[in-house]
Amino acid sequence: MLDDKFDYLLRLGDNALVLSQRLSEWVGKGPALEEDMALANTALDLIGQARLWLAYACEVEGAGRTEDQLAFMRDAQEFKNLLLVEQPNSGSGDGGGGGYADTLMRQYLFDSWHLLLLDGLTRSADERMAGIAEKAKKEVTYHLRRSTDLLVRLGDGTEESHRRMQAALDDLWMYTGEMFTADEVDQVLESQGVAENVAALRLTWLEQVGRTLTAATLVMPSPDAWMQKGGKHGRHTEHMGFLLADMQFLQRAYPGQQW
Amino acid sequence: MQAPQYPTLDQVWAWLGEIEDPEIPVISIVDLGIVRAVRWEDGGDSAECVVTITPTYSGCPATHVIAQSVVQTLKGHGVPSVRLETRIAPPWTTDWMSDEGKRKLRDYGIAPPLGLAATQSIAIGDIGRGPAPFLVQAPAGLACPRCDSSDIKLTSQFGSTPCKALYRCSSCLEPFDYFKCH
Repeated sequence: MLDDKFDYLLRLGDNALVLSQRLSEWVGKGPALEEDMALANTALDLIGQARLWLAYACEVEGAGRTEDQLAFMRDAQEFKNLLLVEQPNSGSGDGGGGGYADTLMRQYLFDSWHLLLLDGLTRSADERMAGIAEKAKKEVTYHLRRSTDLLVRLGDGTEESHRRMQAALDDLWMYTGEMFTADEVDQVLESQGVAENVAALRLTWLEQVGRTLTAATLVMPSPDAWMQKGGKHGRHTEHMGFLLADMQFLQRAYPGQQW
Repeated sequence: MQAPQYPTLDQVWAWLGEIEDPEIPVISIVDLGIVRAVRWEDGGDSAECVVTITPTYSGCPATHVIAQSVVQTLKGHGVPSVRLETRIAPPWTTDWMSDEGKRKLRDYGIAPPLGLAATQSIAIGDIGRGPAPFLVQAPAGLACPRCDSSDIKLTSQFGSTPCKALYRCSSCLEPFDYFKCH
């Protein structure tokens, strides 16, 4: 039972941590100063949220590990984040998404799901989780507002921006399926009133995303398309190892090193 | 044995009220609403001063500095033992900012948060509805803190810190920060 909660908290924490790491890669290289700041600040919110979830995971585990050890000393197969958040900033497919469109589309697809999930978790029977969700929800509401705004502007922007956003959407769509796939851990915690029923969020999400994509003049790929999965169980895409090599280098080379 | 004299809680609050926010040095951490409670706890030989803090944003880098300042300041005033407690629920909101704090922000050139966050929460079901799906808009009534003009434009949703957004005044042409209602 405790193992299930530990696992669930890792998923929440790892989503925030890995996406934060990806966004941090933009710092100093954003296409405009304002975007640079926005990505850095979003990354900051997410790293803060990751700490809250992972610190709680450590308490639940009761093995004396700290959130830093979870972040820096686990290997890829021990990370439980969604495949979506580990996708590289510059896109992986050959759709010509290229660069910023992929970053923004990844953010929008995640934010729109993240907010629904956190909203559900504010009613968790676990008070600590409800408290963290309440705090994170305020921040993620702001993230979603920003990513929605940019999605609509760029989707309904120039011919070039439209093409890139559509290509990014087509590339990333297959990573959205696992956001709504409930496994045993989800089901056990849901039955205790601790976790949200992720499968039940799917229709709401599709409806919201559909409306926003229409406003952005983008075409939503089929919800029944074949979907990738595995992140929740530690089966990651080839990008994960490189991301961790970058993120974990210092603590791997000099364990326990502090500023 | 005579009980040692400890500073009153009012005195402790007053000391805490002198601690500046590290990123917005015109406003104190009490004005910001970060300090939620102060109490004395009996620790056997001596009493311990317990300060409860609710951080602003999850990842705000100032949180650590604030915690250090609290301990240093109180110890500097002779408080023998200080313990910090972090409380995240209910989450920090700009609704806890004092009127004095808002005035100091405006004088400093930062537009203070408008309205109450508690009344501005959105219904999840409403996201994406309507012609404009959840887009970024300047809050009604936002005016330039320098010239009071309401002819303003959003430059960036995030400003120099996570708690602010960056605007530009089209009248006096100066940029300014807006402390977001959160």
